[in-house]
Amino acid sequence: MDIWSFITNPFVSISQLINNVITSILTSLGVPADITRIVVFLIMAIITITILLLLAPGMMMYMTWLERKLVARMQDRLGPNRVGPFGLLQPIADMIKFLTKEDIVPEGVDGPVHLLAPIVVVIPVILSFAVIQFGVGLGAVDLNLALLYLVALGSVATIGVFMAGFGSHNKFALIGGMRAAAQIISYEIPQVLALSIPVLLAGSISLTGIVQAQSGLFGLGWFIFYIPVGPIAFLVYLIAATAEVNRVPFDLPEAESELVAGYHTEYSGMKFGLFYLAEFLNTFLISAIAATVFFGGWQGPFVAQVPVLGIVYFFGKTILLITVQLWFRGTLPRIRVDQLMNFGWKRLVPISLALVLFTAATLWAYRFVMLALKSLGG
Amino acid sequence: MLERYALIGLFAFAAITFPILPLVLAFLFRPKKPTRLKQSTYECGIEIQNEAPEAQAIWVQFRVQYYIYAILFVVFDIEVVFVYPWAVATNQMTFFWVVEMAIFMLILVGALAYAWRKNLLEWV
Repeated sequence: MDIWSFITNPFVSISQLINNVITSILTSLGVPADITRIVVFLIMAIITITILLLLAPGMMMYMTWLERKLVARMQDRLGPNRVGPFGLLQPIADMIKFLTKEDIVPEGVDGPVHLLAPIVVVIPVILSFAVIQFGVGLGAVDLNLALLYLVALGSVATIGVFMAGFGSHNKFALIGGMRAAAQIISYEIPQVLALSIPVLLAGSISLTGIVQAQSGLFGLGWFIFYIPVGPIAFLVYLIAATAEVNRVPFDLPEAESELVAGYHTEYSGMKFGLFYLAEFLNTFLISAIAATVFFGGWQGPFVAQVPVLGIVYFFGKTILLITVQLWFRGTLPRIRVDQLMNFGWKRLVPISLALVLFTAATLWAYRFVMLALKSLGG
Repeated sequence: MLERYALIGLFAFAAITFPILPLVLAFLFRPKKPTRLKQSTYECGIEIQNEAPEAQAIWVQFRVQYYIYAILFVVFDIEVVFVYPWAVATNQMTFFWVVEMAIFMLILVGALAYAWRKNLLEWV
């Protein structure tokens, strides 16, 4: 292995190195090839899963810091600045507080449902991280059905939120849970239809395929530049996805001024911490999906020569999109429930349906004209 | 290909343990001093714990719109499942490929228009 390819692509090189070392050790011990393959697969799987599961809470902790700092600045405050330099240790203090806080389970709750709800909310988000491509060849699983898998997992979280609302034996939680269920299922349709636009443009449903389809124009052939369908699909996706994760301006299920805290009114301590974790990881996830399917993922100038740049591009785009969502949080007021439903069903659903048909017709017409020109030319 | 799904399976196992671990940790660290008042349902300040369960006003009535939206959702979600396999087949598109989806969507848009016309989408 030459040093240049190691420097430009360190993570993939290291994983190959570990792979080769284990294989050669096992082969020299006289282990059969089949068993070697399985052992190597298991070790690599455990390493990948551990890295991702350590990365996820770390990212979440510093996203909370970023949110509090940014929103504070937008509102002319300082934000956390006591714990550590620039308040950088604040998330760790928060985590300790979550761990040591008493867990109050009110009388009359539906025990198992109340306990399982935060767990059910977190599981699909963590599972979704399995297919995200963080860089060139840097994803835990390069699934051929990745986008469908993400969409399917995205709808599981509804069950957890509704369980929290239903099992809490509290009026506010129940109303919050009902609102969340109605809102999430209404905005899921435009979200999924908007995600089918990149599938149409790329002709592939795997995230790697979609990213590779955006490699034109010196690494800048992103689907967001496919005017007019790209920007419209991205806007529909951004609005619908923000509604899916119950963030401002669509935070009706946890509206503080009306419903105390909505579906997690009766949760405290680490159980509340898990809801908080799920919300931030979901924000990261929708930003990562948007960055992958509309902004080219790890695609950018010079990625073909220096693959490690892909990680920088991917996280840069994702953090930019997260910042846009935090910006929403800092500037927009909450909308009413009738406005929410009307906007979802009467605007976003027709727009996204028309968009899918328009994209298909344009693609076909483009291909038809190309074929006609070809047959005329030769 | 099967290896990838095996990895997803391992990941599912890890994802289930991931939220349980902090709950167990918190169970070890946190104080446990339940009192009757602390465990009362969060409300406006009126004590409701001595009343009968029916009188506690926990279960409130809901608008029928929630149910209607749920039914509409089922219709469109099934449609979306059909859009994806159709969208992947761009490499073999013909004119019929477009027309087929147009007809399929028109049927569903007809359903949406009907619901709209009948004022089922109004939040009353």
